[in-house]
Amino acid sequence: MSLAVTSSVGQHLASEVIQTTTGMMGIAWLIPLLPLLGFVLVLGTGKRLGERSALIAVGISGVVFLLSLGVTAELLTDPGTYVRPMPAWIAVGPLTVTYDLLIDQLTVVMLLVVTGVGFLIHVYSIGYMHGDARYPRFFAYLNLFLASMLILVLGQNLLVLFLGWELVGLSSYLLIGFWFENREYAVAAKKAFITNRVGDVSFMVALFLTFAAVGTLDVLGLVEQAETIASGTAFALVLLFLGGAAAKSAQIPLYVWLPDAMAGPTPVSALIHAATMVTAGVYLLVRLSPVLVMSLPAMEIIAYIGVFTALLAALIAVRQDDIKKILAYSTVSQLGFMVLAIGVGAFRESIFHLVTHAFFKGLLFLVAGSVMHAMANRTDVWRMGGLRKAMPITFWTALVGWLAISGVPPFAGFFSKDQILTEAYFHGYGAIWVLGLAAAVLTAFYMSRWFFLIFLGEPRYGADVHPHESPRTMTVPLIVLAALSTVGGLALNAVHTGPLYRFLEPTVGPIDELGYEPAGPLTEAVLIPLAVVAAAVGIGLAYLAYVRRDLSLGRVAEPIKGAGAELLERRFFVDELYEAIFVRAGGRLARGVTWFDARVVDGAVVGSGVASLATGRIVRRVQTGLTRGYVGWLLLGSLAVVGVMVVQVVR
Amino acid sequence: MGLLTITLLIPVFGALVLAMLDRDGRTPKVVALVASLATFAASLALLVPFDLGDPGLQLTDRLVWIPAIGADIALAVDGTSLALILLTTFLTPLIILASWDTITDRVRGYLAAFLLLEAAVIGVFAATDLLLFYIFFEFTLVPMYLIIGIWGGAARKAAAVKFFLYTLLGGLLMLVAILYLYGQAGGSFAYEDVLAVSLSATEQRWLFAAFLIAFAVKVPLFPVHTWLPDAHTEAPTGGSVFLAGVLLKLGTFGLLRYALPFFPEATREFAPWLLAIAVVGILYGAVVALMQADIKRLIAYSSVSHMGFVVLGTFALTTTATSASVVQMVNHGLSTGALFLLVGFLYERRHTRQIAAFGGLAKRIPVMAGLWLVVSLSSLALPGLNGFVGEFPILLGAFQVNRTAGVLAAFGAVLAALYLLWAYQRMFHGPLEGADNENTADLGAREIGVLAPLVVVIVAIGLYPKPLYDLVEPSVDRVLAEVGVEVELAEDELAVDEEDER
Repeated sequence: MSLAVTSSVGQHLASEVIQTTTGMMGIAWLIPLLPLLGFVLVLGTGKRLGERSALIAVGISGVVFLLSLGVTAELLTDPGTYVRPMPAWIAVGPLTVTYDLLIDQLTVVMLLVVTGVGFLIHVYSIGYMHGDARYPRFFAYLNLFLASMLILVLGQNLLVLFLGWELVGLSSYLLIGFWFENREYAVAAKKAFITNRVGDVSFMVALFLTFAAVGTLDVLGLVEQAETIASGTAFALVLLFLGGAAAKSAQIPLYVWLPDAMAGPTPVSALIHAATMVTAGVYLLVRLSPVLVMSLPAMEIIAYIGVFTALLAALIAVRQDDIKKILAYSTVSQLGFMVLAIGVGAFRESIFHLVTHAFFKGLLFLVAGSVMHAMANRTDVWRMGGLRKAMPITFWTALVGWLAISGVPPFAGFFSKDQILTEAYFHGYGAIWVLGLAAAVLTAFYMSRWFFLIFLGEPRYGADVHPHESPRTMTVPLIVLAALSTVGGLALNAVHTGPLYRFLEPTVGPIDELGYEPAGPLTEAVLIPLAVVAAAVGIGLAYLAYVRRDLSLGRVAEPIKGAGAELLERRFFVDELYEAIFVRAGGRLARGVTWFDARVVDGAVVGSGVASLATGRIVRRVQTGLTRGYVGWLLLGSLAVVGVMVVQVVR
Repeated sequence: MGLLTITLLIPVFGALVLAMLDRDGRTPKVVALVASLATFAASLALLVPFDLGDPGLQLTDRLVWIPAIGADIALAVDGTSLALILLTTFLTPLIILASWDTITDRVRGYLAAFLLLEAAVIGVFAATDLLLFYIFFEFTLVPMYLIIGIWGGAARKAAAVKFFLYTLLGGLLMLVAILYLYGQAGGSFAYEDVLAVSLSATEQRWLFAAFLIAFAVKVPLFPVHTWLPDAHTEAPTGGSVFLAGVLLKLGTFGLLRYALPFFPEATREFAPWLLAIAVVGILYGAVVALMQADIKRLIAYSSVSHMGFVVLGTFALTTTATSASVVQMVNHGLSTGALFLLVGFLYERRHTRQIAAFGGLAKRIPVMAGLWLVVSLSSLALPGLNGFVGEFPILLGAFQVNRTAGVLAAFGAVLAALYLLWAYQRMFHGPLEGADNENTADLGAREIGVLAPLVVVIVAIGLYPKPLYDLVEPSVDRVLAEVGVEVELAEDELAVDEEDER
């Protein structure tokens, strides 16, 4: 491997950034390129190949996973921050943007999650999408998504990251609206795109400000010069990036698109709207953590946005009845945990939770898909029940996913969530710790409800549904993800300063100067058992409410009614509020402007008398067949011009 | 006679051949197509002798024209004009191919009008004599007027007249200004002579205003834009494509070539106002586009919004933003041209442009739906397609000059997504209902052939705009130096400077 020290970044990091064009790093550009080619290929040959075209897409996702493993292996043998130089994208004036790839510890963690889970979900989709009229196109879009997400993860320039950021948005739009014949689904797709565009404006302004502050859009350039950014600028910059992240990672106030995004086929919900794309905002903020630490006030805002999102979404999830909507709000809530972790300076804990969440939430969504597959696409959890017998593999893997997300040791979610909450406590955020714990109780509660209603008790579906276990292509990914959800936490970071924590160290911003003090005298010996108690309380309450009471009574709907329940069921009326502000008030404004344009602007310019007079006169000519004459005159005139020119030339 | 003159004369020659034909039918179409393709080939050949390192006007062809008044037929190009000439000659054959089966009435006249229009536009971009420029500039009105007035829709006459009067009145003011400059330059219309004239601040203000009005109408800039939706709605498909794709650029080109370097003090003085007008235009055009029920009017208002970005970049007066504004002229020509082609193809099938008349079409006509989406995404500046690589540097550059303008204009991106995807959803998504929608045929081979080159270029520029920037940037820097703003150096140029110092 040829190593050359780059001179393009500043002095401090210069010795640590290694430019390379050889080895696995040298061909890392294949990782985003192959699925992009797959997209084009499958789209082009889909009609001819039919369902066989899936093999191309699945094969490519497998190859890309292997390539990512190769890159990771190379990084492990020779740890460092690598840059693979690539051609320029935009170069004008002082703005230079190249397609360079950035490969460091954070990159490979993301690469493995995206390609690993991505591959499994490609495989799962073979069975799940079987028989769909647009089967090849689905796989083409999956490959497009994979390519986009990998561009996002690998980009060394923020604008290339933004390219991936927007292309995952496009993939998401295409896949949410995959069954566009259904108007609601099409509307959901558009809502996702537009909401993300709002975040994009924030992201773009962040890029403008970055350029104004440090004169480059390179990630390494920005990170390197982070310390030179004035605190006011840093505050604005971090909040602007947060605006972008809040849309992509579904945080308050821009989370509203994600629950609607469940209109897409379930593998899409698992891959894009749970395991990978929605974590892009978290990745962005961690990637920029050296900038974040320049503004403690901005970080605190991030922390509160995160914890309130976690709590709000968990509350809403308690009263949803749709098998996927519950998981969607759960995803919003879990993303809230990741964001709150970033806000309290627990960057690596946030990535740890990102990884375990990809395992167990990917798993839970695939379970939901398997259940819907068996239930003729019914989604009301109150109309399920007793599926443990009909679908043993789905049941056991679901059990693992449920315990993992609920925070039961030794499953993966326990470690990552607990480490976030203890870190919040140790960094002095007592209130956030308490609120986070409350959200954890709610999580255990609503996920238990989800699990109990689907799998326990007696069947509550009609005689016309005959549940059956899903085909092998679907159950194998379930088993793999269940295995990862079981041992993933233990293996990666069983103790707070475990292997993953140490591995990620060189990639995150330093927090030692932020002056964090513990919120109280409690130690991990107390905090960890408390987290276990939180999970137990949530599960226990759900057991009492649903298994002991409702299921034994044979209920098929939520029994408790009241103002509070109504508020949760209607999701705090946030959608209605936005509708009133943006659609109705915005619509009135737009109608007003349009009226102004037609009556005032156009009216003033064209004095109606003059217009009609002139119109009348000239129109008469056009209508009396003189147009031929016009063309004739036109040609004659041109001829004259040409004649003069020719004469001049000859002379 | 140089290559530039030949490029300009090929379409004129084509029109002459058409005039000599005595019958409509297939032959005139072939003649026009061959002529337009030859023009495109000739303009591509211009790239060979063109020196990318030379920021000035080059490939000069000069013929004494009217010695008595010192007017010459003087043609030359810089990177900016070459880029726009290539855009023009690229679009014209596509327009002719797009109209292949749909124009049945007075075919020769229609085709001749387009070829003459093409020649006139090349003349506008290449003229370096002010009188010649003015003649070409005004001459473009005549064929366009006829194209709208003869081959247009139901209300074509009123629209044609509105278009004609509006732009002619704007042009007259400029003529007065040109004559004044002619006097000041000691009886010369030559570009360099006028450039050398030193004018007082007051003179600059008035003359700048005269040029600005003429060009603002063409762009069109808010609030003198209302002729555009009418003209677009009534124009035949080819007319709309040429209007949006090329003619609107005459305004922004004119600003950059004439108004800025001739009147540097006035430019710097008025720049903040123009930034404000541009931002208003971006948001205003987008909001009005949202409310349109007619898809052609929607795209017309989107042009008002998008051309606002071009003006924003022009008057940011930085290398980044102003170069990007030239790139965005090309991009807007490609994506809006493609959108009007698609609308035209759909109109030929359905004879309506009402968005409400369509629904669920993606199921029935997937190829058109796919292309429509790609072009819409290009227009709403999705990264990876051409619109973004122009829009982003414009916004970035504008932000460095005026933060409020940069931030407000960025909201145009949300609105563009809103009106384009809303229209797309209503037309192509949802259930396929009604016999009309169920019987809509997908694109044929010829139509795909027209759109394919556009989509290829849209993607190519989106992923690798560097050659285009390399073409236009030196010429933009030249203009900015004339305006007297500090030209930003690229990073590598700075590195070279440092080495020199060592």
